[in-house]
Amino acid sequence: MQASPLLLSARALACRRADRMLFAGLDLALAPGAALHLAGANGIGKSSLMRILAGLAAPFAGTVERHGPVALVQEKLALDGSQPLGRALAFWAGIDGADPGPHAARLGLADLLDVPVRYLSTGQRKRAALARLLGQQAAIWLLDEPLNGLDTQGCALVGALVAEHIGTGGACLIASHQPFALPAGALPRLELAGFVPAPESGEWA
Amino acid sequence: MGMRAALWAIFRRDLAVLLLGGRQGGALLPVLFFLAVAVVFPFAVGPDAALLARCGGGVLWVAALLAAILPIDRLVEPDLDQGFFDQWALRGLAEEGVVAVRIAAHWLSFAPPLLLAALPAGALLGLSGEAIAMVELGLLAGTPGLAALGVLVAAVTAGLKGGAALGGLLMVPLAVPILIFGAGTLASGGTSGAALAGAASLVLVAMAPFAAGAAIRAGRG
Repeated sequence: MQASPLLLSARALACRRADRMLFAGLDLALAPGAALHLAGANGIGKSSLMRILAGLAAPFAGTVERHGPVALVQEKLALDGSQPLGRALAFWAGIDGADPGPHAARLGLADLLDVPVRYLSTGQRKRAALARLLGQQAAIWLLDEPLNGLDTQGCALVGALVAEHIGTGGACLIASHQPFALPAGALPRLELAGFVPAPESGEWA
Repeated sequence: MGMRAALWAIFRRDLAVLLLGGRQGGALLPVLFFLAVAVVFPFAVGPDAALLARCGGGVLWVAALLAAILPIDRLVEPDLDQGFFDQWALRGLAEEGVVAVRIAAHWLSFAPPLLLAALPAGALLGLSGEAIAMVELGLLAGTPGLAALGVLVAAVTAGLKGGAALGGLLMVPLAVPILIFGAGTLASGGTSGAALAGAASLVLVAMAPFAAGAAIRAGRG
């Protein structure tokens, strides 16, 4: 068992890009079974926050604690464009020790496994990234714009996958400028706009 | 799945990508370039067999060094762009390990074809069997260092505008010790030059994963 009941917690996070403070003073906590919708306009710093929470980027200030493996679905696909989808997914399944077949089928990719990744549509690529996510078996899901390019049915599927994940004790943070809902209803929202410092507060270098 | 199995999977993918290379020519392009230099050189200096035999070994070394520069832009940057390094980091795989694996895969895709191509290239330049053997020995000792240097320079210049050209400029001076010792086997006639080239190679192979890993982490925003 983990010492901390929280899977992911962040305290007083601040992020700075060049001479602009994107956000500051952000606190966040995700317990097992929790999901949170991170909302905000384009360019406000959602993706930067996701990368900081994933440990891929260092915050300008503040600390992040993770208790469990982290999965990140972002715009970068991390699948070889020249390879057939089945082989590209099998590469990650090999590293994650997963069976890629059922996950690909669940995401409606079963007929596309022979198609090179570069020929897939935006929505199909997103589905492929989600198939990799399922194989990773990580407790903490960070989904950066998971609905981009997905059709209605795909959006509903993401909601169902998130509900299933938090139902089994995982935690999920969804960054999306679109409305995001679980099958059971809306989920708590965190508006990143509330943490953007005013320009005159001396944060401009 | 353990770390060793994961690195093995990455190694197999690296080797497939670097050998075949998709649309970017893979392992064939540097070797063709190397052969082309050996073919063109006699046209430029004329058919003086003694002169060709005297400087042919050095020409092969310079050609090998330039051929080692060609693949730099596809050693690290594509995987950084596509988020592979992000996903490996999330799985707790250290950049150092991934880079060490990539150096091994790059060497395997680069050096054996080059060593093979050096045989006809040496013959084209009229090198004696003994001189070709010396070039082969020196290249065998020096190419691991060139591979490590290539991956290191690729990691440092990944994401920069004009990174490929800058990579070449960075690589040439850093490869000078290998070149001096490796080509030195031809002048001295012994194997001491190859041994020193091997030593320089080993230093680079030992250092490059740490330096390249640090560069990849620092470049991640």
